[in-house]
Amino acid sequence: MQAHQRMLDSTPNGQHSGDSPLLRTIGLTKRYGDFLANDSIDIDIWPREIHALLGENGAGKSTLVKSIYGLIQPSAGEIRWQGQRIVLSGPSEARSRGIGMVFQHFSLFDNLTVAENVALGLDGKESFKDMSARLEQVSKTYGLPLDPKREVWQLSVGERQRIEIVRALMQDPKFLILDEPTAVLTPQEADQLFIVLERLKAEGRAILYISHKLEEVKRLCDTATILRGGRKVETCNPRLETAASLARMMVGGEIKEVKAVSGRKTTVPRLVVNDLSLAPSEAHGVRLEHISFELKGGEILGIAGVAGNGQEELFAALSGERLAKDPGTVVIEGIAAGHLSITQRRKLGAAFVPEERLGHGTAPRMRLSENALLTGHAASGMVHHGFIDTAATLKTVDRATETFDVRKAKRDPEAASLSGGNLQKFIVGREILRNPAVLVVSQPTWGVDAGAAAVIRQALLDLASAGAAVLVTSQDLDELAEIADSIAVMFHGRLSAPLATSEATREKLGLLMGGSSLEPKEAAHAIGA
Amino acid sequence: MQLVLEKRAERSNTIALVSPLIAIGLTIVTMTILFAILGKNPLLALHAYFIAPLTDGYSLQEIAVKATPLVMIAIGLSLCYLANAWNIGAEGQFLIGAVAGSWIAVKTQGTDAGAWVLPAMLVLAAAAGALYALIPAICKVKFGASEILTSLMLVYVADLFLDYLVRGPWRDPHGFNFPTTAEFDPVATVPLLIEGGRLHLGSIIALLVVAAAAILLGRTIKGFEIRVVGAAPRAARFGGFNANQLIILTFAVSGALAGLAGIIEVAGPVGHLQPGISPGYGFTAIIVAFLGRLNPLGILIAGLFLALTFIGGEQAQIAMKIPLDVTKVFQGILLFYVLACDSLILYRFKLVFPSRQVTRGAG
Repeated sequence: MQAHQRMLDSTPNGQHSGDSPLLRTIGLTKRYGDFLANDSIDIDIWPREIHALLGENGAGKSTLVKSIYGLIQPSAGEIRWQGQRIVLSGPSEARSRGIGMVFQHFSLFDNLTVAENVALGLDGKESFKDMSARLEQVSKTYGLPLDPKREVWQLSVGERQRIEIVRALMQDPKFLILDEPTAVLTPQEADQLFIVLERLKAEGRAILYISHKLEEVKRLCDTATILRGGRKVETCNPRLETAASLARMMVGGEIKEVKAVSGRKTTVPRLVVNDLSLAPSEAHGVRLEHISFELKGGEILGIAGVAGNGQEELFAALSGERLAKDPGTVVIEGIAAGHLSITQRRKLGAAFVPEERLGHGTAPRMRLSENALLTGHAASGMVHHGFIDTAATLKTVDRATETFDVRKAKRDPEAASLSGGNLQKFIVGREILRNPAVLVVSQPTWGVDAGAAAVIRQALLDLASAGAAVLVTSQDLDELAEIADSIAVMFHGRLSAPLATSEATREKLGLLMGGSSLEPKEAAHAIGA
Repeated sequence: MQLVLEKRAERSNTIALVSPLIAIGLTIVTMTILFAILGKNPLLALHAYFIAPLTDGYSLQEIAVKATPLVMIAIGLSLCYLANAWNIGAEGQFLIGAVAGSWIAVKTQGTDAGAWVLPAMLVLAAAAGALYALIPAICKVKFGASEILTSLMLVYVADLFLDYLVRGPWRDPHGFNFPTTAEFDPVATVPLLIEGGRLHLGSIIALLVVAAAAILLGRTIKGFEIRVVGAAPRAARFGGFNANQLIILTFAVSGALAGLAGIIEVAGPVGHLQPGISPGYGFTAIIVAFLGRLNPLGILIAGLFLALTFIGGEQAQIAMKIPLDVTKVFQGILLFYVLACDSLILYRFKLVFPSRQVTRGAG
């Protein structure tokens, strides 16, 4: 706490009242081959400021913060820390100067305790006991409760993030970088995080907050710098902007609104899951417990939830990558399919889009035509007597390219050479072109640019209105609100009853995502009425 | 100035073709230095290794004869390696194939058994090789045992088993106690292509195997499965392909081809079963498979090239008293360079000049 006190004393009161910014980049440029990831970026970060860094995927946000945190060396330009030009040899030097970072993907060892994980991340030489005491102290001071003795695998994603934040705070940073911290949090957990961030700001620290959630940025941040295509577009006060004007700056144009076409609903359910329970296939995996739902043609069911609550396991069970013991647990088009392989399920008319584009949805180093064959070999006339019909696979690539505006350098490139958005359009297109009766899709627009996301969401709506049953798992509540007819929430391997989208408020979904049940409240409400 | 490895956006097909040639070039440079250290004239040594064998008809035939087992085994190994199944025990499968085929030859020796003998020997050898290869494959699939270790260890089992047979039950009674079976009967011998020459039917079989592998990998869904399972296991499972089944399949095919190569060698150029029928074909074939980029046509070319080093090595020993082990050193260095050059397919060298680099500040 003494260190914290010192910080307070040395920081002048009032915004931007210091004579120089805490951190300043001048013409910061990072070049990868011919590609300019950052093109001459100037950014000023002042003490007592929460500074948003906005931009689409690939805009250069990560590259910029990696340069600031010393993970990569900029190709040109300079970084000034408290008015002095610095060249960081690596993250440990950044930390020792007072720059901390909390990554989007945590680097924690599942089988070690909280305290052990924190100890591994610190450069200092203090004893484990002192460190544990300080850990408890910091976590108490900032309202980030943590039990140092618990093993990480037992903790929720929100708690794991707390470890990362506490670990960063224990170095007493003057400047903290947070990379999309709310992506893995429930709305309520996010609110708690904002309180912590406000408090850090009040202590005189500066925060660089990377996000693409515009409402959040408007609420929390004092300044926003918007990047697009590696360049700085604007630095502005987000509170004086609208979400739409911020989005325009990020995208560089208007975003097409997706439109639902009124669908013709079939009365017969096309996908039914009956009391599906499945033990985890690996240590610390999630056990699926008594999952049941029914999906009719024309319907889109959204599954919300914090990552790691069984969504991946559910996808594997639905796709047939993992088989259920009881065939009746998964019924596709009226046929018990729990014991059928993914190929057999595809033959029944099901199609699947996994979360991971490279390595799961596609073989990265194979051509698009080969990746069309990957999921099309069973039921799309691409194989005759064991021989591949190359013309048919290429035709699928061409059709997907045309229908979904996939941009690529040549007719049939390797999957890995496409941008995230274009590859995702290809993957979704590949499945939709098969006219599936049932489409199960996981994180359809994760890490995809806004233009591609709009195309993909529209495609899902069109598919449903053509009579298919669509199941969408997403962490993006706005996305689910936009396309789903009803939303269910996964928590600890259980699936809540679906709520009609019109009734699914952020508060209700947030409670379900945090493991609370809605029922007592509703009961109380009923009594009150 | 700094030299950095930079990832390419897409794999370079040009480098994929050129990389084995760069590797061969680097190997020759290294060998030149090695010859100089050994006190031999490097130019003469290189001539003996690479040029002399190409200048007379007998050596050319001998190259094809040596390339035959190398190519057949390497084709099988390439299927395994493409599917991420690491069969290192082709040498053992080769020996077991030789033993199994020889069993028919030994049992029919001196009888009036007809033309069925050789085909039966080939079939049995292939089956035995496949079964022998299935031991590590099944251990891998069922128990998760490392196929690299188990397949390698089974090489020594096969080697000693062969040794036991030719010293014991199958020893030629009129062979002056040499550890060898009697010369096989004509019906148990692979026919020569040219009367009085060395080239035999096995070389034709090897070419057919190359063609079949090219069709399998390039045109069929099974070949596609093999490639996806190796290149992206999770995507392969998503595609509905069973990696374990493919481990079993590729090991079986590769064992069968090695076994076939074994009996062709014994019933062809050697003519009887004895220890030392293989100068390490099963191991050299690993180099052939990688030098040939795991591509059937590439393997054919690489097989001929490594056969050249065997013949060249013999000539260099005779003419210049360079130890035969130098050939093995040569092959090892070659594999090293092949694997090293492969990184250039996905990466490229780039010079970074300091003019763009930020100079280190005082802070």
